[in-house]
Amino acid sequence: MATAVATMATVPERHRVNARRRLTERVVVSLLGLATLLGIVLLFLILAHVVVSGLPALDLAFFTQRPKPFGEDGGGVEPAILGTLELAAVSGLLAIPIGIAAAIFVVEYRSGRFAAPVRFAAELIAGLPSIVIGVFVWALLVRGWVGHYAGIAGAVALAVIMVPIVARTVEEVLKLVPHSLREAALALGAPKWKVILRVVVPTARAGIATAAILAIARSAGETAPLLLTALGNDFVSTDLLRPIDALPLRIYRYALSPYEDWHTKAWGASLVLVAVIGLLSLALRLALRRGAR
Amino acid sequence: MKNKVEVMRVITAFLAIAFLAAACGGGADTSTSSAADACGVPAKAKCTTEAQSLTGAGATFPAPIYTKWIDQYSQLTGVQINYQPVGSGGGIKSFTDRTVDLAASDVPLTDDQFAAISGGLYMIPTVLGAVVPTYNIPNVTATLKFTPDALAGIYLGTITKWNDPKIASENPGVTLPDMGITTVHRSDGSGTTGVFTDYLSKVSPDWKTKVGSATSVNWPGGVGGNGNAGVAGAVKSTPGAIGYVELIYAIQNKIGYGVVKNASGKYVEASLDSTTKAADGFTPPDWGNLKGQQAKISITNSTNPDAWPISTFTFLLVPKDIADKGKALAVLRFAWYGMHDGQAFAKDLGYAPLPANVVTSAEAALKAVTSGGTTVLK
Amino acid sequence: MTRTADRAFAAGVTALALLVPLTLAGIAALVLIDSWPSIQRFGFAYLTTSVWDPVHVIFGAAAYVYGTIVTTIVAVLLATPVAVGAAIFLSEFAPRRTRGVLAYLIELLAYIPSIVYGLWAIFVMVPAMRGTVEPALQNTLGRVPVIGQLFSGPIVGLDLLSGGVVLAVMILPILTAVSREVILAVPPTQREAMIGLGATRWEAVRHAVLPYARPGIIGGVVLGVARAFGETMAVTMVVGNSSRDITGSLFVPGYTLASAIANQFVEADSEIYFSAIVEVAVVLLIVAIVVNAVARLLIRRSIADRPAGAVV
Repeated sequence: MATAVATMATVPERHRVNARRRLTERVVVSLLGLATLLGIVLLFLILAHVVVSGLPALDLAFFTQRPKPFGEDGGGVEPAILGTLELAAVSGLLAIPIGIAAAIFVVEYRSGRFAAPVRFAAELIAGLPSIVIGVFVWALLVRGWVGHYAGIAGAVALAVIMVPIVARTVEEVLKLVPHSLREAALALGAPKWKVILRVVVPTARAGIATAAILAIARSAGETAPLLLTALGNDFVSTDLLRPIDALPLRIYRYALSPYEDWHTKAWGASLVLVAVIGLLSLALRLALRRGAR
Repeated sequence: MKNKVEVMRVITAFLAIAFLAAACGGGADTSTSSAADACGVPAKAKCTTEAQSLTGAGATFPAPIYTKWIDQYSQLTGVQINYQPVGSGGGIKSFTDRTVDLAASDVPLTDDQFAAISGGLYMIPTVLGAVVPTYNIPNVTATLKFTPDALAGIYLGTITKWNDPKIASENPGVTLPDMGITTVHRSDGSGTTGVFTDYLSKVSPDWKTKVGSATSVNWPGGVGGNGNAGVAGAVKSTPGAIGYVELIYAIQNKIGYGVVKNASGKYVEASLDSTTKAADGFTPPDWGNLKGQQAKISITNSTNPDAWPISTFTFLLVPKDIADKGKALAVLRFAWYGMHDGQAFAKDLGYAPLPANVVTSAEAALKAVTSGGTTVLK
Repeated sequence: MTRTADRAFAAGVTALALLVPLTLAGIAALVLIDSWPSIQRFGFAYLTTSVWDPVHVIFGAAAYVYGTIVTTIVAVLLATPVAVGAAIFLSEFAPRRTRGVLAYLIELLAYIPSIVYGLWAIFVMVPAMRGTVEPALQNTLGRVPVIGQLFSGPIVGLDLLSGGVVLAVMILPILTAVSREVILAVPPTQREAMIGLGATRWEAVRHAVLPYARPGIIGGVVLGVARAFGETMAVTMVVGNSSRDITGSLFVPGYTLASAIANQFVEADSEIYFSAIVEVAVVLLIVAIVVNAVARLLIRRSIADRPAGAVV
């Protein structure tokens, strides 16, 4: 007993404490690792469910036919798929130039009086709930200029949501372009507009592509603003002045219904949506890797 | 670098052109052409002067039969009618804001709502339907009997358990569990709510003062579902739940639904017959002049001994004057189709066809609709 | 020649860029104008009344505000430990080669559209809540005095708790990403100094890194709150959509500000009803602006500042 105490007394204080502290470290790190695992497991759970429940819905009819009357099995979601694609294209066409312009404005013309308000406004809009943007576009276009539910109102609502995303990302990328490039071009006698369009923007093109893809992926999944603007359509429609269907809208209506067939279709539509967004994000990664060269 | 920017410009230009083309283009034209006089009623074929696509919104109550009619009608005439079931409240609002071509509602507008519509409107009855109490009680497959008091008590929150004596006494052979009742109501503005609360207001003075009757009310608790489909969905997935839906939603989804004691003290099943009997002796009012007369179209709690107590007409809202002649033609021909050929689909879908006198009065209303002052249908 | 071209280009860019603040002004103006009848009529009582009665024309959004606050608090309480924990693990402890991949995987959660979360919540999460989680909670924590009130009442599944849980899953990626960014921004010298003094890696993180990262992490949490406030679809599908008297239980069907608009906007069929709904949007707008501003302030300050007295 005395020897044990004596032995303990000869072990340096530092080593004894270390054992406890190392245990604490191991426990804490395990907990932290578990937290990380939880996040990843959730992701896989959700994606797995979408795939497993959605695959049975994907037959040819799903992609090429329009919805059948209530309660009848079969049919498809062609109007929604085409609608989502058209909305993505139109809202992209509206939002990407404006977003890039806003970023150029803030970075290249930052001494201007309006640079700060533009940046501030973009940040604020980015933080707004999308339903509020839906209310705004409904009042402006559905009740106002257009006069009825229409695809263009849906596209505008999506564009409003996308502009701050594009602007913010492109701004970061433009800031990364070295000043020396701009100065060299100016020194060679190029006017400011040429410096921006021919030197700065092309240098940042990978980042701009990223911004565009990010924004489109985000808008493809938006539902709330479309409820109030695009309304939805059981028929394929490319006319922007008529209501248009979209995958998120279909998923919402089908999910809340009691029809099993519609539930399966909702999963199927989710799978298509997630797949499209996944592909876009992959394209993004490839664009980034190429731009880095 | 220079080339890439040029390429981007070309692509952008191309996309812009595509966008403009899409904006100016129209919907697909799929049916075959026919003789020029195909623009009368009843609609038999494509009419070249009528609008080829319409936007509609409104009640979810008739959505199963409306979507059926739309499907058949588009094969007949090529007209594509996009009907989005957003609820009667949504239908009325869209109609008032003129954001749709066709609106549907199960209930009449209020006086204020009528006043807000310049030019007036006709309420065109299309079909009769029954609102049934649908429930999901584990191990109970029997058809439950509800007295009006029980139904009101459940939704008022005074009856909270399934084995409450007020329910059990009417269902002696059934073992009701000691389980809490979850009431499901409509979270959106609903004509079905309007009809259901109209009925409850008639049978329960308590309900009438505390809650009242409208497309949207202050429900004493419970869960909200979006559309008839949402309520059916919520009931189907929530054990112990009760909801009120149009008959077909309960049937199509194989959810149990019960019977309610009618004004004559009888328990009758919700069916084509009992729904039709609820309209027995119904005198069609002036469909274009319903302000202040809304009570005339209510057929709940009918005194007919075989009537289903929670029955209702459902309506299409048609402006008295529709400026765009092509649209006017399309709307009227479709409405005509619905109340004639479309009636054949009613039975299979759990609705009841319109009584003959109602059809006649509705025809008169449709014929009175003008476009820029001149009547549209000959 | 070039000066005209320069001016034209500048004008073009300016015009497009000014659309942004113009849109913001438009949003504020339109919602204020449309909600004016309701603001005039109900005044401040709008925020304190919990009665929402279209028949008797009494509109009070207190129940919506309550539902929004409760679901947000639940979401933050559930998501923050997991997010911060994962962020610390990914920046300090995970094997270096896996860090990028794991972080990317959690980021992927942010790409899933909210409607898909709603779908998953309604068909997978809610049955689990109703069948397993909520009864378990009621039988354990439900018996504890005071806290027990939170888990009382009949179990429906479509309630405030479910709304909060689905929100927690949705704000997890953004919370993790921001926390990770903030932690990575802490200068490595801080860590190294402590390890040089004999601390374990966790102790270095806890005492040297986290205190500096705290304002930024709080900023991330506030950003998560902002996201949770405005999330509409997923919450609408599981929160119960029923406004009623405010009780203390999480098992009660509730309503959030955003859900109220989603459900009732299209059908608010009288002028006062319509303006009451738009007033909900005004409340949401103001809250979103305030919360977002606070969040970005905190984050920017945390990343931009270098701590004074840092050992270079």
